[in-house]
Amino acid sequence: MIVFESVTKKFGSSIALDDISLEIKQGEFVFIVGPSGAGKSTLLRILTRELLPTSGKVYLDKRDLTKLPHKEIPHLRRRVGVVFQDFKLLDERTVFENVALALEVRGKSNKEIEKGVEHILKLVEIWDKRNLFPRQLSGGEAQRTAIARAIVGKPDVLLADEPTGDLDPKTAWGVIQLLNEINSWGTTIIMATHNQEIVNTLKRRVVVLKTGKIVKDSKEGKYE
Amino acid sequence: MSRSFEFAKRNIRRTPIQAIAASMVMFLTFFALLAFLLVAAGSQQALRFFESKPQIIVFFKEGTTDQDVSTIENALKAEARVIATKFVSKQEALEIYREKNKNDPTLLELVTANILPASLEVSTKSPDDLKPIAQIVSKEPVVSEVIVPVDVIETLTAITTIIRLVGGSIVGFLLIFSMLVILMIIGFKIRLRRGEIETMRLLGASSSFVRNPFILEGMFYGVAGAVSSWIIIYILLWYFTPFLQGYLGEVKMLPVNPVFMMALLGVVLLMACVIGGLGSLGAVRRYLKI
Repeated sequence: MIVFESVTKKFGSSIALDDISLEIKQGEFVFIVGPSGAGKSTLLRILTRELLPTSGKVYLDKRDLTKLPHKEIPHLRRRVGVVFQDFKLLDERTVFENVALALEVRGKSNKEIEKGVEHILKLVEIWDKRNLFPRQLSGGEAQRTAIARAIVGKPDVLLADEPTGDLDPKTAWGVIQLLNEINSWGTTIIMATHNQEIVNTLKRRVVVLKTGKIVKDSKEGKYE
Repeated sequence: MSRSFEFAKRNIRRTPIQAIAASMVMFLTFFALLAFLLVAAGSQQALRFFESKPQIIVFFKEGTTDQDVSTIENALKAEARVIATKFVSKQEALEIYREKNKNDPTLLELVTANILPASLEVSTKSPDDLKPIAQIVSKEPVVSEVIVPVDVIETLTAITTIIRLVGGSIVGFLLIFSMLVILMIIGFKIRLRRGEIETMRLLGASSSFVRNPFILEGMFYGVAGAVSSWIIIYILLWYFTPFLQGYLGEVKMLPVNPVFMMALLGVVLLMACVIGGLGSLGAVRRYLKI
């Protein structure tokens, strides 16, 4: 369970999030929508403790993330997988090695890594690309690699920041279907997007942000 | 930890030029350090050799009887500052002369036992005792000359002190310089891999997971430089041993004891780990904010 309690985030004089209160249950699929600069990415970055709110509290399973000691941040990040719009794949590592990194930071053995990565790459259907480098991949393949890396450690929550932003519609749908499947296993998914078509077709919970405020929060919502 | 070694290995492989540059700087530093340690140890040993040699040589006049010699010898033995005495007869002096000049027949032909004086070699506890003992002995009427090698010891002591000061300063400077070079190279690599480090952090990498490979990398450069300089120094020592031994004469310090060389390797390895580790730790603290 994720809870935002009166969260405000300021960058100097500009307000990115303005008194946000939000509750997300385990296993939910939530779209965070809104125009650029609405505060979508800030919201996600607070959940990974990349940012601290200026005021308010954020809970993950009753644990206040704003009071999390520095040394416990890695443990939080192992529970919260992130898929980035720009993929953030490491250019000098192959697809296999990129995905393996998520297990390496968790201290898994080589055997566990080999087994886990093979399983996940087959699941996202890029096993045959395992020896390629990111520059040799298409946008969809790169995003699948990024998703594989985010979920290989079996996180409780998956954050996706504009994961379809740079993809063509067909590839974007492939990515969404994959996220949908991951959600069906019980993983909470919070996806920031402004892809109207995807939001309206999937009919999941939609939280609309505008200038840092929640202006709408609806189950099976729409993005208008 | 094995993962850290793996990551450090990968970091080194990715930037071979910096790796070679760092190792070469460390090589120079440890080469100078080893050379300094060897020269310092050698000069110390030479000093000890001269200090422990019969330092005063008392030559007797022609016609001195055994009775005269034994009176002087007994008087010296009673002195607390005297460790030992050794009488060298005319015949023994000739044998020593022959041994020293065995390669020069002309010199051997000219000398007989009669023209060499008998002597008494006197060892003292400390070099400071040389002059007082020499003064006592020289008052004896049967003594023709007393040779006191104080100058050799004083010169050697001065040289040893200079070696320690100058060599120590140079090595100290090089150690600091190497540490800064490691700091700079590791700092450069950290900045080069900022994106990768950021991604690792977002994936949940702990501070030690990110930092340890850099620290190990710095230590590796130190160890690579230390081991290679030790090997080169050992080869040079082995190659120049005959020449150096001829130059050193009676002072037996070559070939260098292998146990001493292994101990030296241990010392430089330890220093390499400290210098490399401190340099990279400095870089990590300065450039890697996790």
